[in-house]
Amino acid sequence: MLARTADNLFWMARYTERAQNIARMVEVASRLAMTPSAGDGHREQWRSTLISVGSEQAYFAKYDKLEADRVIDFLLLDQDNTSSVRSCLSSARNSARAVRTATTREMWESVNSTWLEIANTRSAQIQREVLPEFLQWVLQRSALFQGCLIGSIMRNDSFHFCQAGTYLERADNTARILDVKYHLLLPNHAVIGGGIDRSQWATILRSFSALRSYKWVYRRGYRAGDVAEFLILRPEMPRSIAHCYAGIDEAMRGLAQYYGQTTACQALAAEANANLSGTDINQILRAGLHEFLQQRIAWSNEFAHCLASSYYFAQVA
Amino acid sequence: MLAADDSVRPAYRQLDEWLKSKPDNFLRRKSRDAEVLFRRLGITFAVYGGKQTSERLIPFDVIPRIIAADEWRRLERGIRQRVSALNAFLYDVYHDQEIIRAGRVPAELITSNAAFLPEMIGHNPALNVYAHIVGTDMVRTGENEFYVLEDNARTPSGVSYMLENRETMMHLFPDLFAAHRVAPVDQYTDLLLETMIKVAPQGLDGDPNLAVLTPGVHNSAYFEHAFLADQMGVELVEGGDLQVKDGYLYMHTTQGDKRVDVVYRRIDDDYLDPLTFRPDSMLGVAGIFDVYRAGRVTIINAPGSGIADDKAIYSYMPDIIEFYTGEQPLLNNVPTYRCNDNQQLSYVLDNLNQLVVKEVHGSGGYGMLIGPAASSRELREFTSKLKQTPEAYIAQPTLALSACPALVKSGIAPRHVDLRPFVLVSDDIRITPGGLTRVAMREGSLVVNSSQGGGTKDTWVLED
Repeated sequence: MLARTADNLFWMARYTERAQNIARMVEVASRLAMTPSAGDGHREQWRSTLISVGSEQAYFAKYDKLEADRVIDFLLLDQDNTSSVRSCLSSARNSARAVRTATTREMWESVNSTWLEIANTRSAQIQREVLPEFLQWVLQRSALFQGCLIGSIMRNDSFHFCQAGTYLERADNTARILDVKYHLLLPNHAVIGGGIDRSQWATILRSFSALRSYKWVYRRGYRAGDVAEFLILRPEMPRSIAHCYAGIDEAMRGLAQYYGQTTACQALAAEANANLSGTDINQILRAGLHEFLQQRIAWSNEFAHCLASSYYFAQVA
Repeated sequence: MLAADDSVRPAYRQLDEWLKSKPDNFLRRKSRDAEVLFRRLGITFAVYGGKQTSERLIPFDVIPRIIAADEWRRLERGIRQRVSALNAFLYDVYHDQEIIRAGRVPAELITSNAAFLPEMIGHNPALNVYAHIVGTDMVRTGENEFYVLEDNARTPSGVSYMLENRETMMHLFPDLFAAHRVAPVDQYTDLLLETMIKVAPQGLDGDPNLAVLTPGVHNSAYFEHAFLADQMGVELVEGGDLQVKDGYLYMHTTQGDKRVDVVYRRIDDDYLDPLTFRPDSMLGVAGIFDVYRAGRVTIINAPGSGIADDKAIYSYMPDIIEFYTGEQPLLNNVPTYRCNDNQQLSYVLDNLNQLVVKEVHGSGGYGMLIGPAASSRELREFTSKLKQTPEAYIAQPTLALSACPALVKSGIAPRHVDLRPFVLVSDDIRITPGGLTRVAMREGSLVVNSSQGGGTKDTWVLED
């Protein structure tokens, strides 16, 4: 496979996953904004959302005040924002277009028809009342892409590069959401307190589609340690960091097997996966959750660089 | 669709009855369905001009163009003859130039022609084939009467439309296919793959590595490049993916560099190799031409093939066919006035409002004058252009083009069409039945180019 193709497959999957994650974060923030909170709480929701997606600076370069409608438009449809849902879906489509030979017709059609629809969506069409519907649509389109990928593509290098992109983006996203939220909500790792905190945590779990599954696993209500364990360490939780690392590891093993050749990426992925499965949540909390999450975010970058140099994306002209 | 006496030609009878049996809105609904399909598949064409380059659909007309079996057989013979003469001509002009020595084609027409590549002299391409992929543009003017307008021997495009138009039609009108015996076209990409393999350099260990070279996603025909690579199961590469090292051509893969043996390039000669041709080219590969000359890579079509489809050479095609095949041409050539000849130029200037004037090196319907439809200002403009640079133009009479029914705003109406069959050349000449029919969507218009708003339709060759 061309190195450029691998690069584009990896990013096609990453951008599709990122679009989904941004939609999830907007969903959380707009739910939180509907729950009572003291003082400037609502506005702070939007600020922390902008921080989680790394778009705070870009937003304030364009607007001087935090306003819910503007933030929503900025995160969903603004073409000036390279991380907006529209920009992500458009980047995913550009990548897919560049690798038509490595994707299936089903995958291409799903990416292309998603793009066609969002390219024709105007800000005015996403009023508050239809916002939940629009966000659902984004999640569904992302799920459609995943379904087409899993159901139609050969289990060769194409598949493994896509999976690596999906899981790396998801792991990175989970770490970022937790970092922002945990930091803001529980600076001292305190026990979760009153009704507002509870609904905050419930909403965060909901954004990972994990509210009910959390309740199935943990029977004693919302505890900071449990929520952190669930979203970081539980391998059966599909958006947990542990699950994603296992996915990355599997993709790397798949590549090594397919190519009959091992690179630095295999060791890096295997090590990260093993370290995480050998850890318990109290160790992480004692050493500092923020530090741990920052390390995860740094690891995502390290891994992406390793992949690019091991499989020669870096030398693509 | 109609014969000279206005009766429906036999090949169209069933279609005509079928059309009459359908409710008013049926075709329009199907036409909208087709548009949705094309958009979803991303079968788009970039149109340049104005501030923005946009992705547009080529209008697709849902009414097929039908060619009877015996008419196609005649056409096929004519194309075969013409394409084999074309390759013989290319071999000759890059070797002994016997046709010049025989006085049949003037020497300066070749040696001073920008499409002639002196670098190709003496080179023997695999199987001595230069133009592996040819799209012969022609029009029908009457019963069994076809004129060739152009021999596209560089990088003819449009074959993906031929294939996707058929897929779409089979999806939209299964009953219509059940009622006709339509010759299939979907073997084209298999034959193209076979062609690429057959002309691979000699003496390789194992199967040749093949690639389609595209200028990139911004090229107007990018969809087609991706489509063909995908259908054949070969890599779609850009110049940046390729590199010449130690006398061979390589592509950058996830496992390091891998040899490439056959390149179907969709970029022009000028851009192929900045070391040999345009130094500012970002699209090509530095040094690829030397690898080619050393016989270590096959380039499809061969560099320098453009000399055969040059508009100035066109008028000599009847001589060329006769010279190399010893036969009379089976397909007509449109009488052509060469404006670099003073006598012919003055005839052209006197009869400008009856003629079509084309740039010798132009393509895509840009920069041409259609005399009968031109305003007096356009006629004045062309008069001064012709006086200034007569060698840049040729002129031809307008032909009485045949028309096909098309679905337009007012309903079903006749529109002018042309035909581009696609020809593959390796150890044999293979012609896919039918081809791409382009249709001028405006009433009375003769311009079918997609860059000028022309559309396409599916082309059916009926089997006996």
